[in-house]
Amino acid sequence: MKDLEGRLHAAAPPAAVPPDASLEAWRRRAAAEGLLDVAYAAMDSPLGPLTVFVTPAGLLRLSYPDDPIERQLTDVATRISPRVVRAPERTDAVRRQLDDYFERRRRRFEVAIDWRLVRGFAADVLRATARVPYGRVTNYRDVAAAAGSPRGARAAGNALGSNPIPIVVPCHRVVHADGGLGGYTGGLPRKEFLLALEGAR
Amino acid sequence: MHLPPFQTLVDAHAAELHRFLTVLVGPHDADDCLQEALLSALRAYARLTSGENLRAWLYTIAQRKALDLGRRRARRRTEALDGLDGRREPAAWSPDPADDGLWREVGALPPKQRAAIVHRFVFDLPYAEVASRMGCTEEAARQSVRAGLTKLRGRVTR
Repeated sequence: MKDLEGRLHAAAPPAAVPPDASLEAWRRRAAAEGLLDVAYAAMDSPLGPLTVFVTPAGLLRLSYPDDPIERQLTDVATRISPRVVRAPERTDAVRRQLDDYFERRRRRFEVAIDWRLVRGFAADVLRATARVPYGRVTNYRDVAAAAGSPRGARAAGNALGSNPIPIVVPCHRVVHADGGLGGYTGGLPRKEFLLALEGAR
Repeated sequence: MHLPPFQTLVDAHAAELHRFLTVLVGPHDADDCLQEALLSALRAYARLTSGENLRAWLYTIAQRKALDLGRRRARRRTEALDGLDGRREPAAWSPDPADDGLWREVGALPPKQRAAIVHRFVFDLPYAEVASRMGCTEEAARQSVRAGLTKLRGRVTR
């Protein structure tokens, strides 16, 4: 009898190919069943590649490439749910609106926001920031006041500095009262770019 | 308890799981079984109490889906043949038709032995890797392989 081990090995299927079609069908079924607690996808932008995270409640996070994706995924898995799946189709709506924004075809984002990554005063500051209109700027003290703490300019600065949803929650529209740019999560050149795009400066 | 993002499991293991399923159920049904396995895994994932041996956990689920499929096929076949032994269907995966008998016997092994034989011989993996996929010790993996081989030697002739 021919060597049994050899006969078994002869049945090895060709080298593993990524089972893309199968995974796509799986994602569709998982989405239909409501299992995608967090869906994410990358997109290109004039500010570099962005990663969009959405949940059934809305846009959870939008991140610049400076932050390694593995770290972000782990963070989201820990704080929201480990059911984190790369699912571009779930982020299409947000990505389209961002494309339009960068092309100056859109001035307002119409997306629900999932605020679970921010708490307390920081959440109030970011909600107040979300009301600053396109092309306008405000300052740290005013945004702190709008969040209910007129003396909280510094704390407001910290909250804006760790905004999990930049661009859509427009923390770039908050600058110093004396005209200085202040800080920005994605670095000042990006803040300048966004303000220039909106014709604010 | 910190579980890794599910996508990292998919990225790390989906291709090899698909290949494993191809051996168990054939290339056509492997697609279906992989979907079923990942759906089950994702359903259960948020409630998992341990992040240990996630790779072996996925293999166990995948193999269970392959077994479910095998049972469904056997039932269909039994019905079709009006009571004849449903286990005697041709093997799902057998590139060499002359080895159909061998694959039928592999398919009839208990799940652990079957998995061990496939990982060790079809994929030619070292025992450390077989053990990692099965979530057991190397010694246990060796034992499953030995037991499986003994059975196959007793049943397969050619």
